[in-house]
Amino acid sequence: MTGALETFLHEVKESLTMAIVSIKTNKLRSILTLLGIAVGVFSIIGVMTAMGVLISSIENGMTFLGANTFQVQKTSPMMTGDIKERLKMMNRKKITYEQALRVKESSTLAKAVGMFCYLNGSKVVVAEDGRKTNPSVNVSGRDIESFLANNWIIEDGRLFSQGEMNSGSYVAILGADVVKKLYPKSDPIGQTIRVDKRKFQVIGIVQSKGSVLGGGDESFVLIPLNTFFGIYGKDQEFSFKVQADAMAIDDCMEQVRGILRTARHVPPGAEDDFAIVSNDSLISQFNDFTKYLRLGIIIISSIALLAAGVGIMNIMLVSVTERTREIGIRKAVGARRNNIMTQFVLEAVLVSEFGGMIGIIFGILGGNIIALTMNASPVIPYDWVLIGFITCSFIGIVFGVYPAWKAANLDPIESLRYE
Amino acid sequence: MSISNHVVINLQQIKKIYDMGGAEEVQALRGVSLQIQKNEYVAIMGPSGSGKSTLMNIIGCLDTPSSGLYEFNGVNVSEMNDNQLAKIRNKEIGFVFQTFNLLARSDSLHNVELPLIYAGVTSADRKRLAREALEHVGLGDRGHHKPNELSGGQRQRVAVARALVNRPSILLADEPTGNLDSKTGDEIMVLFEELHSQGNTIILVTHEEYIAEHAHRIIRIRDGMIEIDEIVKNRKKINTA
Repeated sequence: MTGALETFLHEVKESLTMAIVSIKTNKLRSILTLLGIAVGVFSIIGVMTAMGVLISSIENGMTFLGANTFQVQKTSPMMTGDIKERLKMMNRKKITYEQALRVKESSTLAKAVGMFCYLNGSKVVVAEDGRKTNPSVNVSGRDIESFLANNWIIEDGRLFSQGEMNSGSYVAILGADVVKKLYPKSDPIGQTIRVDKRKFQVIGIVQSKGSVLGGGDESFVLIPLNTFFGIYGKDQEFSFKVQADAMAIDDCMEQVRGILRTARHVPPGAEDDFAIVSNDSLISQFNDFTKYLRLGIIIISSIALLAAGVGIMNIMLVSVTERTREIGIRKAVGARRNNIMTQFVLEAVLVSEFGGMIGIIFGILGGNIIALTMNASPVIPYDWVLIGFITCSFIGIVFGVYPAWKAANLDPIESLRYE
Repeated sequence: MSISNHVVINLQQIKKIYDMGGAEEVQALRGVSLQIQKNEYVAIMGPSGSGKSTLMNIIGCLDTPSSGLYEFNGVNVSEMNDNQLAKIRNKEIGFVFQTFNLLARSDSLHNVELPLIYAGVTSADRKRLAREALEHVGLGDRGHHKPNELSGGQRQRVAVARALVNRPSILLADEPTGNLDSKTGDEIMVLFEELHSQGNTIILVTHEEYIAEHAHRIIRIRDGMIEIDEIVKNRKKINTA
């Protein structure tokens, strides 16, 4: 057994050397053949890497969702489906303060429930010295638990006091991007900012999480809920963020869903008239959203790989003819059909794998350019790399078998005479 | 059976008929019987079309006879399949060709190693045996030269080293000097002389009287039959010094 294995390993090594020599001798021809495989594999790996980067940046909670948290809101963030469904979503009744409060008070499994409401549209924030932010700052009313639910750490200054919460004081806590813009050198604590000509005193700043997606998500101003009510009225659309234990997150989600359905009088059997957004649901929505894109890429790449496979077959047939004499020599000194067969199939596989490797390397590099532009950590889609290698072997075998069979069945006497 | 009269090759009524399509047939061999013993030095001669190439291919197990018995070292090889014949070629027969037939892109060592690869010899042993074989033919320092970096005589020596590396029962040489000038050709014949004196069995296929006369026995083929099978009385001696 070990003898047979060793012979096979010799053959593999032998074929490897020969394949490399053969590729080197016919550089242009080999490169053109490899290119077909490389392009096919590149497009698959490139797209899958890019998707991987986006998914991992969602998973890492670098977006607005932290780990073990989910958010409940009127509509789902990525709106898929047809217009009807989207209109239906838009026509839902908003989640009221009372409904959110009921969840907060009744959900026993939640560690923290942070309620908040946003202003429609983003704002410009102006400092005393006239510095301005871009008109992209989100102003939201918050309760104290929001800080816990969002994992916001007060880097400097303090949280809202209970008194400020109750009385609706004009105090504000700033996100890192606002601080960067308005107070690049000075200390923001105690300064006054203006939003829509209303003045707020800055009492704290939230530590940056080193945001990934663009950075826009740390461009916010937080004010107490009651302050928000005082200015914009109490009739707001609410969302809330829930933090749970890692083990209990699914149960917690179910509990919150039940409470909210009751509060909103959703009849049993009817679908939710609100959206629960978790990292998982974001990912599955993302996957859903990109399903056809990925399918299209896979189909197009498969066609490219098929064409490349035919190219490999072609080059192998030429190679067999060119090396008829070599095959004759090998047979004369004792090569059996299997030996010749193995040699040529392995050679086809190697050419294919080599092309695949180039495709994989450039695919990963290309896909991660997205990661670079988003400051996300690079991703290697190991599963697709493996699939790529297996596919290349498969192509090499499928399209290498016929030329190899042809080589193995050459008549040694005629091969030796071949000029 | 003593070693000296041990029969290596035993052909009985070997016929080879080629079907040329339709009713046409060509009888390349019409019933050849001969025995070759261990450590014989035999030349097979004949004009082109005489059937000597067919005979050589059959002796070399590259081809099988249409009828007749071929025993190699007492084993019937006339009805062996491709894989069994490949094994015989690998272990028992060393080929030397007119056109050398070396792998052009491989160096001498690798060329000599080739039969050992198919014999399943381990890498380290292969390297050692190939180097020894090259030294044996006087090319110990040419291991890493490719065929196009060697002279014709040197290439043929590499081919001889390859033929001998698996310690075969016979050395089968087909016009080994046909592509060489007479001086280099003589050198190869000297080498054959040495190999014979070391106990190798050599079968030489040639159409040159001058070359054939180095052998101890000449078998002349004509029209697919043995015309004359004679012992050479005045062997051509080359100064081996």
